[in-house]
Amino acid sequence: MRHSCMLLLCWQSDISGAPNTPGLSQYDIYNLVICCSQARIFNETPINPRRCLHILTKIIYLLNQGEHFGTTEATEAFFAMTRLFQSNDQTLRRMCYLTIKEMANISEDVIIVTSSLTKDMTGKEDVYRGPAIRALCRITDTTMLQAIERYMKQAIVDKVPSVSSSALVSSLHMVRMSYDVVKRWVNEAQEAASSDNIMVQYHALGLLYHLRKNDRLAVSKMLNKFTKSGLKSPFAYCMLIRIASRLLEETEGGHDSPLFDFIESCLRNKHEMVVYEAASAIVHMPNCTARELAPAVSVLQLFCSSPKAALRYAAVRTLNKVAMKHPSAVTACNLDLENLITDSNRSIATLAITTLLKTGSESSVDRLMKQISSFVSEISDEFKVVVVQAISALCQKYPRKHSVMMNFLSNMLRDDGGFEYKRAIVDCIISIIEENPESKETGLAHLCEFIEDCEHTVLATKILHLLGREGPRTPSPSKYIRFIFNRVVLESEAVRAAAVSALAKFGAQNDDLLPSVLVLMQRCMMDSDDEVRDRATFYMNVLQQKQKALNAAYIFNGLSVSVPGLEKSLHQYTLEPSEKPFDMKTVPLATTTVSEQKTELAPVASSKLPEKLAPSRQDIYQEQLAAIPEFQGLGPLFKSSEPVQLTEAETEYVVRCIKHTFASHMVFQFDCTNTLNDQLLQKVVVQMEPSEAYEIVQYVPAASLPYSQPGSCYSLVRLPEDDPTAVSCTFSCTMKYLVRDCDPNTGEPDDDGYDDEYVLEDLEVTVADHIQKVLKPNFAAAWEEVGDEFEKEETFALASVRTLEGNTVNSFKKNCLMGIVIAPDWLYTHSVA
Amino acid sequence: AEVSCTFATDFEPSLYTVKAVLILDNDGNRLLSKYYDTELYPSIKEQKNFEKSVFNKSHKADNEIAFLEGLTIVYKSSVDLFFYVVGSAQENELMLMMVLNCLFDTLSQILRKNVEKRYLLDNLDGVYLVVDEIIDGGIILESDPQQVIQKVNYRVDENPLSEQSVAQVLQSAKEQIKWSILK
Repeated sequence: MRHSCMLLLCWQSDISGAPNTPGLSQYDIYNLVICCSQARIFNETPINPRRCLHILTKIIYLLNQGEHFGTTEATEAFFAMTRLFQSNDQTLRRMCYLTIKEMANISEDVIIVTSSLTKDMTGKEDVYRGPAIRALCRITDTTMLQAIERYMKQAIVDKVPSVSSSALVSSLHMVRMSYDVVKRWVNEAQEAASSDNIMVQYHALGLLYHLRKNDRLAVSKMLNKFTKSGLKSPFAYCMLIRIASRLLEETEGGHDSPLFDFIESCLRNKHEMVVYEAASAIVHMPNCTARELAPAVSVLQLFCSSPKAALRYAAVRTLNKVAMKHPSAVTACNLDLENLITDSNRSIATLAITTLLKTGSESSVDRLMKQISSFVSEISDEFKVVVVQAISALCQKYPRKHSVMMNFLSNMLRDDGGFEYKRAIVDCIISIIEENPESKETGLAHLCEFIEDCEHTVLATKILHLLGREGPRTPSPSKYIRFIFNRVVLESEAVRAAAVSALAKFGAQNDDLLPSVLVLMQRCMMDSDDEVRDRATFYMNVLQQKQKALNAAYIFNGLSVSVPGLEKSLHQYTLEPSEKPFDMKTVPLATTTVSEQKTELAPVASSKLPEKLAPSRQDIYQEQLAAIPEFQGLGPLFKSSEPVQLTEAETEYVVRCIKHTFASHMVFQFDCTNTLNDQLLQKVVVQMEPSEAYEIVQYVPAASLPYSQPGSCYSLVRLPEDDPTAVSCTFSCTMKYLVRDCDPNTGEPDDDGYDDEYVLEDLEVTVADHIQKVLKPNFAAAWEEVGDEFEKEETFALASVRTLEGNTVNSFKKNCLMGIVIAPDWLYTHSVA
Repeated sequence: AEVSCTFATDFEPSLYTVKAVLILDNDGNRLLSKYYDTELYPSIKEQKNFEKSVFNKSHKADNEIAFLEGLTIVYKSSVDLFFYVVGSAQENELMLMMVLNCLFDTLSQILRKNVEKRYLLDNLDGVYLVVDEIIDGGIILESDPQQVIQKVNYRVDENPLSEQSVAQVLQSAKEQIKWSILK
């Protein structure tokens, strides 16, 4: 029956067999169907080992190449192969085991080989026992495992090392499937661990750790025993070091513990592998002192001059990690690292350079830069980016060296390289410019030169934007205009548009340049692209007004409103017919997002996708409140505070309050949760008594508060009109409600209820609730724009204004966020004192 | 039962150290590949892409060690063959080198110093057995070439099948099928 099945397959197949990959090997003229057909050779008597071996090899090879076996074909071949167990040829038998493992997932009924394998596993031929165990465990399931448990335990403690290793390793593979069963073999594993064979020690240790790893005490005891007993196996030592580090980390053990001493002693082991493992472990430990690091670092230093590339690589990679946290510890290795810059292995050379850049001293910067410049041209782009990022960090560390760095960076910019590389350099130059006002002119000049011949739109527009921001404030801004205008003439639409915007900024800030800019702008109005024309026309009109306020609003500062909010308001506007023009003031201001300067360097620059604008928390509240009919007509939401707890933890009712500030009102949102499962609350309001001249307009109750389901009620309050600066107020709050007792199990409430109240903590409203952070990208211009009449020097009673601090500190050095404080109709500025 | 290799999180002490072993020819084609970490490149396509990247990175430069796609790769070449051992970026590079050296030295002995494609393919069964004795499911089973040779106990094929021409082999296959139909 089996014969004819295979013959049938043969008829259907293409005997000549199309090759998988032309001219690859003698195996590729076959496909698996032919192999199957040839598998009937297995049924011949006597068995021809060589031919059978050949077929098995072909099957495994073709499987490895990605050929697919149908389940029927696979099962057929599998059955045929079982006959091969009759042969005593060792290699053939071993190959059978291998084939069983390879086909275990694609054949059905693989368990028919179980008895053959079990026989081999417990037989006299030691050569078969190990591999048979491994094959058997590969096809075993949980029920079968219990049946062979006895044999497994015997195998683990067997005197033949390969048998013991095979059993231990297979046990580890099976732990996930049958942890409970394997756990019973822990004693056998313990016994195996005292074997002399270095691999058996290693495998036993691995299994023991895996079985015990959730029991810290057991692990600790095990470590204790093994670190004292002096194992021979370098692999076991590596494993012990890893376990010890892990234990130290978990228990936050101090570095005076015996575990640390053990790891440190491994630095003197005779095997390099162990020494390196120990050094690496020490270096990765948190909270290492310089003294503890020193021996590890000196070992790594030795490795730097090893003839083996793998060792040099390992050493320099680890030193690189040390340099991130403890640059001073690595300075001793600087000379060795410098030698590695010319290493033939580029990975090693790049790692050496970046490490030096992290640990170099100010005096060595010149020399380093020279060494790098010859090296950089030879490495690939991804390494170049890594080097540039390291240079960037160095620039931040030694700002006085900016001219050397700038020179070097501009040379790199002129050379060939991909987008990521050029972008990294541009970012580096820009950060130097921002840090160092002295370097500004040189930096801008280099960037101008770059955009003359830059094929990357993203970079060109970024640089143009920068020129527009920084150029007008330089001593001779006119020299940048030529570069910018050339871009208008020569480049793509996006770049031309950016150039127009940049030009406008020059016109807005420099009165003497204005006439020239207007002439140029006129020409731009004739551009072929509509975006360019629109911008040119727009800026023309604004500039011609010659008003500082207009310039500030439309040229210097971008949108200060939240974009999702703007979208919503515009949409709203289009829905209702109106004669009034759209009023920007109805759009809520943008809540700021602080973009931190990158202090940690990522090893490889990743191109960041533009982040989608998600609606902010404030936008969400705006929407929720707009849905409540009583709150229509309040205008745009100015600010929502963080939630304030009005009850302590573990109370019957948990209440927190969010304060929403509008133009002339405030809405207090009380989120309440009923934690009593035998009560149902209804018509819940929070009654408020103000201490100052606030007027309670209305309460919007929460209809019902069943057990553990939060609900919200609101209070609408009008701000005091006579004195808008008297914004601070304290409200005493009482929650009032109708309570109905209910059955705790079913939640069914009684028919009757009774009124009750619950006193909450006082709620404070302060100046901070009327202050919102606003992003002003061009602080200096905005400062000017405000003009002198608004400048107030006032001493605020900051004691009561706890939350102001973070908002108002500004820093001129980095253009990061600062607070120009805007409250409705008011502009507070704080003099920097 | 699936081999449950737990290539766990970083720095979790574990015996699972080898993620893959590859033998490629000097055009970058796969001759042998074992991926022990089944989550690494689960599909054949991903594996082949990885092999292409690895080959491109290594075949020009004769360096022993490289870093690619978040993995450490140690490698060695001989005549028209390339041998690779792949581990995680945090793995002990010297451990991976030991595996590579064991593999190479064992094969070198078995193939009587002719570590080249022709002889490798002629003795592919021996190569499979060697790899199987060195690494099991990602765990290093044996690191001493002498031990491996003893266990594999393989004799090089004196009359390799490839001496027959391809046409002859095909012809003989056709004949056998014809004859068995007649039986």
